[in-house]
Amino acid sequence: MNLLQRTDAYALGLVGGVLILLATGTAVGQLLTRRAGSGLDPSLIRAFNLRVRAWWLMWSVLAAAFLIGETATVVVFGAISFWALREFITLTPTRPGDHRALFWVFFLFTPLQFVLVGIGYSQYGLYSILIPVYAFLFIPARIAISGDYERFLERAAKIQAGLIICVYCFSYAPALLTLTIPDTDYDTQLLLFFFVVIVQFGDLAQFVWGRLLGRHVIASNINASRTWEGLAGGTLTTMVVGALLWWATPFEQPFLAAAVSGVSTVMGCAGAMTMSAIKRDRGVKDYGEFIVGHGGVLDRIDSLCFAAPVFFHLTRFFCL
Amino acid sequence: MLRPQHPQGSAERRCTTIRAKRADYATPSGRSTIGDRRETIRSSARKRARVTNFICHRNMQITASTLAGAARLISGASVRWIDCEPDSCQRVYFANHTSHLDALVIWASLPHEIRSLTRPVAAKDYWDRGPLRRHLALDVFRALLIDRRAIKVHNSPVDQMVRAMGDTYSLIVFPEGSRSPGTEIQTFKSGLFHLCKRRPDLELVPVHIDNMNRVLPRGEFLPVPLLSCITFGPPIWLEANETKQAFLERARASVVRLKDQ
Repeated sequence: MNLLQRTDAYALGLVGGVLILLATGTAVGQLLTRRAGSGLDPSLIRAFNLRVRAWWLMWSVLAAAFLIGETATVVVFGAISFWALREFITLTPTRPGDHRALFWVFFLFTPLQFVLVGIGYSQYGLYSILIPVYAFLFIPARIAISGDYERFLERAAKIQAGLIICVYCFSYAPALLTLTIPDTDYDTQLLLFFFVVIVQFGDLAQFVWGRLLGRHVIASNINASRTWEGLAGGTLTTMVVGALLWWATPFEQPFLAAAVSGVSTVMGCAGAMTMSAIKRDRGVKDYGEFIVGHGGVLDRIDSLCFAAPVFFHLTRFFCL
Repeated sequence: MLRPQHPQGSAERRCTTIRAKRADYATPSGRSTIGDRRETIRSSARKRARVTNFICHRNMQITASTLAGAARLISGASVRWIDCEPDSCQRVYFANHTSHLDALVIWASLPHEIRSLTRPVAAKDYWDRGPLRRHLALDVFRALLIDRRAIKVHNSPVDQMVRAMGDTYSLIVFPEGSRSPGTEIQTFKSGLFHLCKRRPDLELVPVHIDNMNRVLPRGEFLPVPLLSCITFGPPIWLEANETKQAFLERARASVVRLKDQ
């Protein structure tokens, strides 16, 4: 069996494996809903069902992009990123003076970042600084030109934060596709799939461990359901799963795959906490209502946003 | 702004109560109730809609649907109906005015079959400028364009509105008269009151538009794609012996109330 065929078999294994897991999840959820008197908290079952449905959506998007190809994947991630930024800025109070700056943020910097990612790894030098350097300088300058100085630094910082989290960090997920692992035929679509599966699994593992033996809440004002026990248990479980899925990654040793999975889970938790803090400050529960009952796009991708750049750089460090 | 919708049941119940009250009010001598009259109006409206749709150029319909879709996409509007439901009876949707896109967005957020029966009232000095705008306003969403600079007594905007409505169409109006500079809703112009004096049977549906002033603020021509929210509220009517001042104040309050709901 040559390397290419092996990669195909792996891809099929991973995509099919997740499919079976999701089908099981849906079946269990339906069963629990039907048997109302099972003694389980109904809100818990509802939360579980909603999560499973969101994962189905994510899985379909990834699987479809997988089939169509790399460019399609980058375009899909770009569209998700655009919508997330929309939700972020909608909840952020801006003033009429920010209008022109926002126009360029939405219609120049966001598409350009994904175009550069789509061109490939040769543009790494530019897409890794486009937003943190050029957009960061442009935004306050454009606001200053508009002549409104009220709460100037605060307004500039809010737009910059939205751009970094929703666009820059998130673009590192499709950027995984542009990596070429030397001396192998490794298909980086598989790496992206592994990344999404690990971060989502990390979220779920933290949720389950927190429910089972959560005692010490990290910050009850921010998020009442995230506990230190959940974080520790979730991270360890995800590390084990990462090591078991090592065959689907370009890492040389299982412990490397485990370590990267662990770090991604911790970053995912950091992302969820950060975005919760912003939501609490604005006094809302969800960022939007993209799909009724699921909250906004940003509620679904917050952990991916924080984990993506770290995952990208760890892969780059260990495999290139 | 982003709260869950009211449970459907309670909305329906409240709506029925309001209608029942109206019916009491309208039948001091046992004549036909407002409800009956609305039913006849509605069925004739449906008949006319079929004819209009048949006559209407197919191209226009496609343009209209595309335009409505594009408007919904750009404004990212989430639409809520609170104690009110889409209906083909003759209505006047009155809303706060913050952006040039307001009329288009409200029109686009109505269900398809209601949209073809609803005409926005818009300023001639904006929509009559340039062939594209004129085409969109007159042929696609069939707006009633009011010349704000040449208002005459014998052909007042209210006359034009009554004529444009006939016994089929509903209108979208902005009683503030012009776009409000801040977030505060200005006092209403008297047109709404005079329209109701002429047509007391019309249902007045308050509409609140949130965030459109950030999508396309005054003096800007490029929109920023933020998410907006359109809220339709419970209908009101002009009560017997209600003064102009009191009525306009009540109408404004019904829009303001939706802001916090």
